[in-house]
Amino acid sequence: MFKHFEPNKIFSITVKAPKYVLLLFVIILSIGLTEALILSPEDYKQSHSVRIMYVHVPSAWISLGIFSSITFFSVIGYIFKIRNFFLISKSLAPSGLVFSIIALVTGSIWGKPTWGTWWAWDARITSMLILVLFYLIYLVAWRIYEKDEKVFKVTTIITILGIINVPIIKYSVDWWNTLHQPASINILSKSTIHTSMLFPLLIMTAAFALFSLLIFLMKYNTELIKIKNKGLDRL
Amino acid sequence: MYGRKVKLRLFFILSVSLILILSVFLILRSLEENVIYFQSPTEIKILSEVEKKKIRVGGMVKNNSISIISNEVKFVITDFKNEINVIYSGVVPNLFTEGKGVVAEGYLKDKNFFLATKILAKHDENYMPPEVKAALEEK
Repeated sequence: MFKHFEPNKIFSITVKAPKYVLLLFVIILSIGLTEALILSPEDYKQSHSVRIMYVHVPSAWISLGIFSSITFFSVIGYIFKIRNFFLISKSLAPSGLVFSIIALVTGSIWGKPTWGTWWAWDARITSMLILVLFYLIYLVAWRIYEKDEKVFKVTTIITILGIINVPIIKYSVDWWNTLHQPASINILSKSTIHTSMLFPLLIMTAAFALFSLLIFLMKYNTELIKIKNKGLDRL
Repeated sequence: MYGRKVKLRLFFILSVSLILILSVFLILRSLEENVIYFQSPTEIKILSEVEKKKIRVGGMVKNNSISIISNEVKFVITDFKNEINVIYSGVVPNLFTEGKGVVAEGYLKDKNFFLATKILAKHDENYMPPEVKAALEEK
């Protein structure tokens, strides 16, 4: 499959995509922010600080989703030697890192008025911090190793170690006593968030997903250009 | 179907995952005590001896148990099986109310008395507008 990789063909599509994604992102984000900041009601207990959730929860979801995708592409790419999958993984990582940091920072800002503390070493928060560190290690590995063979192997092992942390983040609130509250949105049982608050949350998630796609496409195009200018394979 | 090298890499990935998952599981098991953020009043009750070090107790603030005299706050943490009395002096967070979750950090005086040095309000997973809450309470 390595032989069938044609940067030019892929590039002709991905180079046009960002402007459409950007347009869609701006539209969805405007709707999402209007819903989240103006139209949605305040919470019965937290009042207006509930609005932080509309940034916090989508960021956390997206950062977990991106890490899972990176792992998927890395493992499949490693087993079947698909170079393109590694370029996809590498291009996905920066927006994942940014969203995992946003989730931690907004959580901290919410925690101060709600819990009474900026930071707690509970299982959910600590495992989220570990995710940020994994994103950092992953990106650093791409910078350190020169040879493709080596960097593919090292980053794949980093993602496997990091993916173990993902179910720990998800279920930490159920497995252990944590300060962080359990999930409000459940697929199997009834959700404990009112529809008027769920709606802006989902729109904001869509907006953040589009933003990740935009950053991904820009990074990916850069990677393809680097491949095309052989000899400038690595900056 | 696939070449020998593909199988070799698949085997490598599988064994690496297995070893890593196992080691993370074992580390978490051995650190369980530290992973848990707070203990419930029932867990305090079954302790063999009163610990001297700083611990956290969590549960619900018992209804009609808060009494504030000047700067001193007294209340009862319950997990609906066992209870523990808490004494604290200082400012409590805004969301600290009766019938809601709380985590108190401090020292055990004995199994029934806890001297808190810090109070954290625990938020639950319910999100709704005030009108919906009022409608629910009317039912």
